[in-house]
Amino acid sequence: MPTDYAFPDSAAKAAAATEAPEFQTEKMSLAMGPSHPSTHGVLRLSLELDGEMVTKCDPVLGYLHRGDEKIAENMTYNQFVPYTDRLDYLAPLANNAAYAIAVEKLANLTVPPRCQAIRVITSEMARISAHLLGLGAYGIDVGAWSVFLYSFTEREKLYKLFEELTGARFTTSYSRIGGLARDVPEGWTASVEAFCDQFLPILEEILKLLTRNKIFMDRTIGVGVISKEDAIGYGLTGPNLRGSGVAFDLRKAKPYSGYEQYDFDIPVGAKGDCYDRYLCRGEEMRQSVRIIKQAIKTFPGGDWYAKDAVRIFAPRKEKVLTSMEELINNFMIVTEGPQMPAGEVYFEAENPKGALGFFIVSKGGGVPYRLKIRGPSFCNLSILPKVCQGNLVSDVVSILGSLDFVMGECDR
Amino acid sequence: MTAPADVFAAVQSQFPAATARPTLDHTAINVPMGDAVAVLTTLRDTQAFDFLVDVTAVDWGVEATPRFSVVWHLLSTTTNNYVRVVAACVSDTEPVAPSISQLWAGANWHERETFDLLGIRFEGHPDLRRILMWDGYPHHPLRKDFPLAGIDTPLPDLEVGELTKATAAPAPMMGGPFVASVGEMNMTDAEPSAKDESWNERSNKPAAL
Repeated sequence: MPTDYAFPDSAAKAAAATEAPEFQTEKMSLAMGPSHPSTHGVLRLSLELDGEMVTKCDPVLGYLHRGDEKIAENMTYNQFVPYTDRLDYLAPLANNAAYAIAVEKLANLTVPPRCQAIRVITSEMARISAHLLGLGAYGIDVGAWSVFLYSFTEREKLYKLFEELTGARFTTSYSRIGGLARDVPEGWTASVEAFCDQFLPILEEILKLLTRNKIFMDRTIGVGVISKEDAIGYGLTGPNLRGSGVAFDLRKAKPYSGYEQYDFDIPVGAKGDCYDRYLCRGEEMRQSVRIIKQAIKTFPGGDWYAKDAVRIFAPRKEKVLTSMEELINNFMIVTEGPQMPAGEVYFEAENPKGALGFFIVSKGGGVPYRLKIRGPSFCNLSILPKVCQGNLVSDVVSILGSLDFVMGECDR
Repeated sequence: MTAPADVFAAVQSQFPAATARPTLDHTAINVPMGDAVAVLTTLRDTQAFDFLVDVTAVDWGVEATPRFSVVWHLLSTTTNNYVRVVAACVSDTEPVAPSISQLWAGANWHERETFDLLGIRFEGHPDLRRILMWDGYPHHPLRKDFPLAGIDTPLPDLEVGELTKATAAPAPMMGGPFVASVGEMNMTDAEPSAKDESWNERSNKPAAL
């Protein structure tokens, strides 16, 4: 195993391949995707090849563009919650929480500790679920089928818990501005804890299938190296940034939702290759379990919605049915939307794929004037032209899998 | 570590034209478009804002002047502070902003997206093409005069369009999203309905602009 290697000058490598007279061949253009198993969704890479070597890579996006930002400008704040499910559709609970916190920042609202703890638990469960899928799909990409079977069994258990909590497996829409859709059901936290206890040994087993797997190591070590400077310059976030050795995690740097109370570590890569990014994701799952266990241990009682948000958070159903004022209030909130102050806020949360940000411009009223979504996968993919150049076609598959992107939030 | 309040002071001492922008969270600075690149360079080199979070723009409405503002969000990975830099485009019909893709390589795609959706032309951008909509798409969908339903446009593949006579048709708005008109006294109009009524029960399909 190579222990040290320089960051490859991939542009120079590609140029050398083109100019070497003995290898002078006609360039071939190859469309990889939009429906290619390794592009994990609908991404098209327009590759220019010299033999097996990629001399130019031009990602073509937009196949999943639904105009979420335009839609957001035309509906009330709470109505947009289900659309956030469909950003990073592998971690809807984390998106729900990130969006709600952004709007709460605009409304200057603090949610009670119980709500924060539930959001932390659900976001970390979403992280585990998203990373499990990332690992499983990555395994298939590089030829290790069984990882997928193990990781999807665990995801299924998580989906059962999500269903118990939110009523939906996939499109959870669990957050509301100023709170949650509902409290946790009785005994749910105990089920989560039981899941965590049985999950840790299985996680070790799953990671063992890859970490010292000769084929996996050959295909990932030293492939797709991203330097620290490039990672920051291209705006990479999440495990892709940390895999390149930048110890930056919004949960530590800008704690939200009470993350500062929990004790956890940020894994950092040493080389910035595909293998490091894989290792980071593996370790992040262990840390997520740690956070969930702490949050359940100190799980606060009390309200799960902000009390001071009468004009924002729809009143409880039993109150609506018995009190005239609450009924009117409920009608106004549902039809006109929660009334927000005018102003501009930006909030981003550390999601499984990276920093998911919402920039909200409000002119007051119940509808955002402009809502810009910063999808981490969009930024993570922008480095593809640089990192794919000078690599082999088979390495492109390794690189794509290691960046672990999701087109829902990339194309929005 | 620089306190957030000092960031604005540091910028203003070098660029007297910069003003504080009303904000509900972190420091926000209004700068003239001509100073934007210099201000961003200063923030990166002297205030440790090494991470470009986002480049976007806001359309303030068809009648507004200036109509477009470009917004940059920067983050410092050492002091963990954010800063928002906003510059208004001089022209309302042909909005132009300087590209910062030579400062941060990641700006490349953000600027392509802003060009695609809002029609801001970034000068000095190495490869300003559409990114989310297809090449040859005639509109900028996030502009306020673009209806939510969409506008009838030819398909990306012109040959297919010619053969099938199909177009990218606007979406019917009868299904929502439903929003009540605030302050409306007529009960029928006050009823929650799709805000964009360019194509619903009461009006016809919008023709191309």
